Amino acid sequence: MKKIMQGNEAIARGAWEAGVVVGCAYPGTPSSEIMAELSGYREIYTEWSPNEKIAIEVAHGASLAGGRAIACMKHVGLNVAADPFMTISYTGVKGGLVVVVADDPSQHSSQNEQDSRNWTRFGKVPMLEPGDSEECKEFTKIAFDISERFDTPVLLRTETRVSHCDSPVELGERKESDIKRGLDQKDTPRYVMVPMYSRIKRVAVEKRTDELAAYADTEFPYNVMEINDPSIGFISSGVSYLYTKDVFPGCSFLKLGMVWPLPKKMIAEFFKKVKKVIVVEELDPFFETEIRAMGYKVWHGKDLIPSIGELTPTIVRQSLMKAVEGKAYKPPKVFIKQEDLPRRPPNLCAGCSHRPLFYALKKLGLYVFGDIGCYALAVAPPLSALHASTCMGASVGGAYGAGKVLGKDGLGKICAVLGDSTFLHSGIGPLMDTVYNKGYSTTIILDNRITAMTGQQETAGTGYTIKGEPTSMVDYEEIAKALGVKHVRKVDPYNIEETMNAIREEVNRDDASVVITVNSPCMLLRRANPLGRFEHPLYVIDTDTCRGCKACLEINCPAISWREEEGTTKDNHKRKGTAFINKDQCVGCRVCVQVCKFDAIVPGTK
Amino acid sequence: MTDNGTVTNIFLSGVGGQGTILASNILAEVFLNAGYDVKKAEVHGMAQRGGDVTTHFRFGKKVYSPLIESGNVDFLLSFELLEAARYINWVKPEGKIIINRQAILPPAVSLGQTGYPGDIEEIFKKRFKDNVWIINGQELARKLGNIQAANVVLVGAFSRFFPTIGEDQWIDAIKALLPIKLHELNEKAFYEGRKTV
Repeated sequence: MKKIMQGNEAIARGAWEAGVVVGCAYPGTPSSEIMAELSGYREIYTEWSPNEKIAIEVAHGASLAGGRAIACMKHVGLNVAADPFMTISYTGVKGGLVVVVADDPSQHSSQNEQDSRNWTRFGKVPMLEPGDSEECKEFTKIAFDISERFDTPVLLRTETRVSHCDSPVELGERKESDIKRGLDQKDTPRYVMVPMYSRIKRVAVEKRTDELAAYADTEFPYNVMEINDPSIGFISSGVSYLYTKDVFPGCSFLKLGMVWPLPKKMIAEFFKKVKKVIVVEELDPFFETEIRAMGYKVWHGKDLIPSIGELTPTIVRQSLMKAVEGKAYKPPKVFIKQEDLPRRPPNLCAGCSHRPLFYALKKLGLYVFGDIGCYALAVAPPLSALHASTCMGASVGGAYGAGKVLGKDGLGKICAVLGDSTFLHSGIGPLMDTVYNKGYSTTIILDNRITAMTGQQETAGTGYTIKGEPTSMVDYEEIAKALGVKHVRKVDPYNIEETMNAIREEVNRDDASVVITVNSPCMLLRRANPLGRFEHPLYVIDTDTCRGCKACLEINCPAISWREEEGTTKDNHKRKGTAFINKDQCVGCRVCVQVCKFDAIVPGTK
Repeated sequence: MTDNGTVTNIFLSGVGGQGTILASNILAEVFLNAGYDVKKAEVHGMAQRGGDVTTHFRFGKKVYSPLIESGNVDFLLSFELLEAARYINWVKPEGKIIINRQAILPPAVSLGQTGYPGDIEEIFKKRFKDNVWIINGQELARKLGNIQAANVVLVGAFSRFFPTIGEDQWIDAIKALLPIKLHELNEKAFYEGRKTV
């Protein structure tokens, strides 16, 4: 039976069919749906782990006990998990172990652009790269076989256009692995990576790579050569192959399903069969460098194809048409210049509790060390209330470190802001550092009761597991106190004045402090009834009193807009226009009401 | 010529929250069940927080790339006027355009820094002549009781261009993808849309 599946859904299906028993992930676009989908299969234990390092470690433990396990993350997640990853390469596995890493070329929803193919050579771990959903499922299955046969973790690399594309998948049955479950103390030399054992494993890893290279050449079914017109041949993989095949269908192809180790004999044969070889790959010249190092003449590669941003069929044609077909690329006719159209960047939802909090920080004139989450959107004008943002958890250490340079001059000027899920991911360590080493920064935890940006995933702080079962719940106040923070307080961010007073007091204190938002659930988290706390369903502009001062526009609420029309208020103040509140979008959060100095925003009815 | 002319390219555009993903899911279900190969690409995550959203949908005998080449769009199905204008250059000269007559103001317009382009419908009609259908999807959906169904109104309009695919095939796909309590509303929305083309 064929079913349309998203790439991520197909990876989950492949894991299920492969007999996986444990799945772990921290959500991150574009990887998040894999674990969400996998949690729907009742045979599999799944979890949202606090971070990617933990996810890999839990999956590794499951593998050592003989179960097939999968850990999933976005590209930057593997940076977090790099420490266990690099050594799991040495220990190898018992039950098959697959690590999915999802890249985000063009940074649709990421802080940087990484080519995760570089991990495969660096970690000496084989990597497979599917191009569509059917391949996502099949490559996941074969990855588990490779893992057990060669005693290695296997990387499965996707990217946005694989993870978030839908195409038909042929469904199969689940088959449990033959590996026996259980732990054996005799395995100690295999799994204890102290120098006397890990030096032995170091040698085994090189031998394994040679064996995998031979397998890539002779047995792996997804390195495929298509000889058509032999004058030009492309070497490519994943979705880049699909783009190139679409644009130049008549040419020859060597499609690599395994990114590394490379099939040297196949590459040699391809160079014999075709006259000129072009390497088409997204981001880094990974294949090109390897193939050139083998001594072959690559006709074109990164000299014509951009290494920044994602490829598209349009870019493939633009870059290569002249070389392949001998005629210049002619772009489609332009009827509207795109730069003339107003852009539509993402924004915080109407009613979002981050909006009043960041408005308060802006009014206080603080330098805000931000973090990874929806609240990074507070950088957008006119809110413009975020001044640094690097990676998960970096806000806390950043604010603390800045204080070490500024000393007393920095008091009252700095704070760190991060979400509840981000705090649990990697904010606890730097907060401990702040207290232990006598920093004074204020850490503001925006507790919206969920991992919001990636689409509502549970955390250790929400009270529910990935399968929706009630479980223990982290108490942020108690954690902060246990780390030694003496000044912990809670604020209702929807009360702007109170929030400002509390934060003003804390940032001026020469001691570490923590501020936690309460009653501030994500607007999209239905079970928390986020609208229930608002007294009125919506507010409207009282056009008799609105003076057109535009103060309410400063909060960047999607429900509020400007209507230009000269006139006067009822008490004869001249104005150039009025604010307008969209009934369909307003949720009645009352933030604009507090910002308006003229009491011109009043309750309305739906 | 790309695809040897055997692949049909449909580009959907709108604003996060308008339901473009559901619309494209319906298309994928219908054309897969009609025996075609299909591929669909969209971006999730940060872009969905009120930002512009697009979906590439392609069907044919065999589809390789999930993304459409610029200038090769056969159908532009747009849920918002400005988001239609953003992709006008992508459409083939003989391409067909279906646009929901709705303007959702982007931040720069809300703030009064720039205007919302006023002549979008005219530009499309000048370029694509009779191949432009502007539909009051939101108004039609509002009459049915829920503006959220505007996306299915547009799917209904679009369905008219594929006479070999029966109404029941579309209805089956809509029912397969939506919870039972929304079936009646969306079935009506589909038929309302079908009347508009």
